[in-house]
Amino acid sequence: MPEPSEPNEPQPVSNRPSAPLGPSQSVLEAVGLSRSFGPIEVLSDVSIDVRAGEVHAIIGENGAGKSTLMKILSGHLQPTRGLLKLDGAPVELKGPVDAERRGIVLVHQEIMLAPDLTIAENMFLGREARRGLTVDDREMNRRASEAMRVFGVDAPVTLPVERLSIAQRQLAQIARALTVSHRVVIFDEPTASLTPVETTALLRLIRELKAKGVAILYISHRLEEVKAVADIVTVLRDGKKVTTRPAADLDPVDMARLMVGRDLLALYPPRSSAPTGAPALEVAHFGAEGFAEDASFTVRPGEILGFSGLVGAGRTELFEALFGLRRGGGEIRLDGRPQQWPDARAGMLAGAVYLTEDRKSKGLLLEENLGTNLTLAALDQFQRGPVVDRAKEARALDAAIQRFDIRVGDKSLLAGQMSGGNQQKLLLAKMMQLNPRVVVIDEPTRGIDIGAKQQIYRFIAAMAGEGRSVIVISSEMAELIGVCHRIIVMRNGRIAGEVAGEAMTEHAIVVLATGVDAKVGDARV
Amino acid sequence: MTEAVHEAPAAPPRRRINLGAVAPFLALGLICVLGAAANSRFLSLDNLTNVLARSTFIATIAVGQTLVITGGGLDLSVGAMAAFVAGLEILFLNSGLIENATLLILAAMALSLAVGALCGLFNGVTSTLGKIEPFIVTLGTMGIFRSLLTWLAQGGSITIRNNDIRAAYRQVYFGDLFGVPYPVLVILGVAIVGAFILYRTAYGRHVRAVGSNEDVARYSGINVARVRTITYVLQGLCVALAVIVYVPRLSSASAATGLGWELMAITAVVVGGTRLKGGVGRVWGTIAGALILEVIGNIMLLSNVVSEYLIGAVQGAIIIIAMLAQRGLSRNR
Repeated sequence: MPEPSEPNEPQPVSNRPSAPLGPSQSVLEAVGLSRSFGPIEVLSDVSIDVRAGEVHAIIGENGAGKSTLMKILSGHLQPTRGLLKLDGAPVELKGPVDAERRGIVLVHQEIMLAPDLTIAENMFLGREARRGLTVDDREMNRRASEAMRVFGVDAPVTLPVERLSIAQRQLAQIARALTVSHRVVIFDEPTASLTPVETTALLRLIRELKAKGVAILYISHRLEEVKAVADIVTVLRDGKKVTTRPAADLDPVDMARLMVGRDLLALYPPRSSAPTGAPALEVAHFGAEGFAEDASFTVRPGEILGFSGLVGAGRTELFEALFGLRRGGGEIRLDGRPQQWPDARAGMLAGAVYLTEDRKSKGLLLEENLGTNLTLAALDQFQRGPVVDRAKEARALDAAIQRFDIRVGDKSLLAGQMSGGNQQKLLLAKMMQLNPRVVVIDEPTRGIDIGAKQQIYRFIAAMAGEGRSVIVISSEMAELIGVCHRIIVMRNGRIAGEVAGEAMTEHAIVVLATGVDAKVGDARV
Repeated sequence: MTEAVHEAPAAPPRRRINLGAVAPFLALGLICVLGAAANSRFLSLDNLTNVLARSTFIATIAVGQTLVITGGGLDLSVGAMAAFVAGLEILFLNSGLIENATLLILAAMALSLAVGALCGLFNGVTSTLGKIEPFIVTLGTMGIFRSLLTWLAQGGSITIRNNDIRAAYRQVYFGDLFGVPYPVLVILGVAIVGAFILYRTAYGRHVRAVGSNEDVARYSGINVARVRTITYVLQGLCVALAVIVYVPRLSSASAATGLGWELMAITAVVVGGTRLKGGVGRVWGTIAGALILEVIGNIMLLSNVVSEYLIGAVQGAIIIIAMLAQRGLSRNR
């Protein structure tokens, strides 16, 4: 693949409409934007130009300034310096509402829907369709169904959002944003919790928006996706713009190098040969009420077993039931001994842990410091009598920061103040305090940047190297293929099949996951 | 094991002083200064001792409430529970089951603690295992406890009949140790133990975790129901302790005993900086909150600026102002 020779050197790229990037009209332009929080400048002198009918991707590691830039462009934050131009005229966005009125819509990365309201109610929240004094539910339901059908979500729009999976919620949120009239749509990590099929639907939708002349800003960690959908790519690093280039001139490897500022090691660690010992964990005829049934599988010491499948296939629910976190039942054996795990504690005592996919609301106490989070599941190891041994806790935190390369300037930071990558490392460290023999990691790299991803893969390989059994649940097929010895694919709550070794291909997984032998490769390059 | 890829951005500078934790004490100090300005008698030793002793009941109950609220619960039944426990204690004192007055009083205290703990256990188990909102459960038991006392007293009051016992027991409220009144020692003791439990023990940390995010606690293998239930039992013990100090003051209990204490206790907790939805508890702040309520009442009695009949309105205004101040402080983060 052709590699640019000096990837580190910021290249001056003209953003004037006369630049030979395309014939289309500039819609939203940022000129020399800077933003400081206190003494720290998180964005310095960034200029970009978003044009009608163009998908402009912003990439960069966590902390590179992407979110700050997005917040300024969507009116959530005011720049410290610099200005915005809409249709070539300087404009001041007074807030998100003002931005929306001008046709600039941000699709948030975090899900912001009221869980008790239905999909349709959420979609029209604050701008309900009315008939006289009452709301026109029939009309809203009709329009909501239409919007959801675009994404292939077949859940009835009268269902409370609470009953939806995270992916379905994400899609509902995107659909909600698009019910506002829009000229510029900003997508912030829209596919972080989507499976390939839904991602394909979303990318198709983005292409449709583009064809209609909408200007699109697209932020994603998934560089293949960026390559597939973007026309222009702007790379940010440490709050500064590194370059803006046509996507055609970059491949994912170049993008990663520009983001990181140096060559990346291979993304996946070398794979050990498949272990052959007696199974550590044996699960037979296990089910999760309403989500999964009759699942049987085993995993050996030192083995990395993947669980793939579409959203709603029941992977997460199966393992939550296994660990007593939701209703379900079946046979569990650990080293041949039958197990009963009515709650997470029982599994932990037996030597098995589950790391949730939902770091922010089920994994970490965001308003507590790192030490408290680190020891929470294993607090009995840090007790002298009834008292918490803070010195021992501090030592454990130092060790964890070292071992898992948690990057914090200040150890008294709260968990919620850290980047996604650091949170995932902390969650990993927290569960490793229990020294488990079976580790189940659900979506280990969701929403984290490529550098941290690479590290997480190495931690997973290292755990297996220590003789632990590791089960990785992931919607990213590439990472399962990259790290696992074997992959089990679920479909509609059942195990659809298994692939191992050379047979582990995205095509083989998709066939098992959908039950249809057709290419779904639209999302991929 | 890996090379540094990218330095995380520096943390935002931390505030050196946690204003939210200090604010209740600043407010208390300010109110005391105002009190001294309004009436010179305010600062007299007699008056201050009296204010401290009178605040014992609410302060003690509010420390228990701090634990309950930090754990994500709420206990509305504490006032009614106090009346119920007081009634039973006096009935036991009147039963004369034990000859020796001191032993009888000690036994009555032990009984109070046991009854308080059981009442708390009932609240805790009903709300956790029954999966009912604590607001509803304790609203129910609030009615039950108060009604039981009214029934025991047959609509009137229950009074310590034996004058010797009454005189002996009086010492618990009016007596002192090296010049420090017993009630003040009780406040100190309860606060120290409460703060120790909440800040130093593994249990206290579990309480904070459960109140902060129940799911995270559950996924971390913490028995949420047990942790919460124990907060109610501790609350019951605190109520019983308050009763033990309260009974010798008036030597009687009636349907009016402990009326409105639940609201005062919750006010003290919230004014003290504990977060009403759980996860953050401030035991010493709660003590400051209880003192603020009592001191304001005292100042209103001593000065003639505002009618003492408006004490309730002033206390109501305080909780709203405290919440607004908290909101303002957290916005500035």
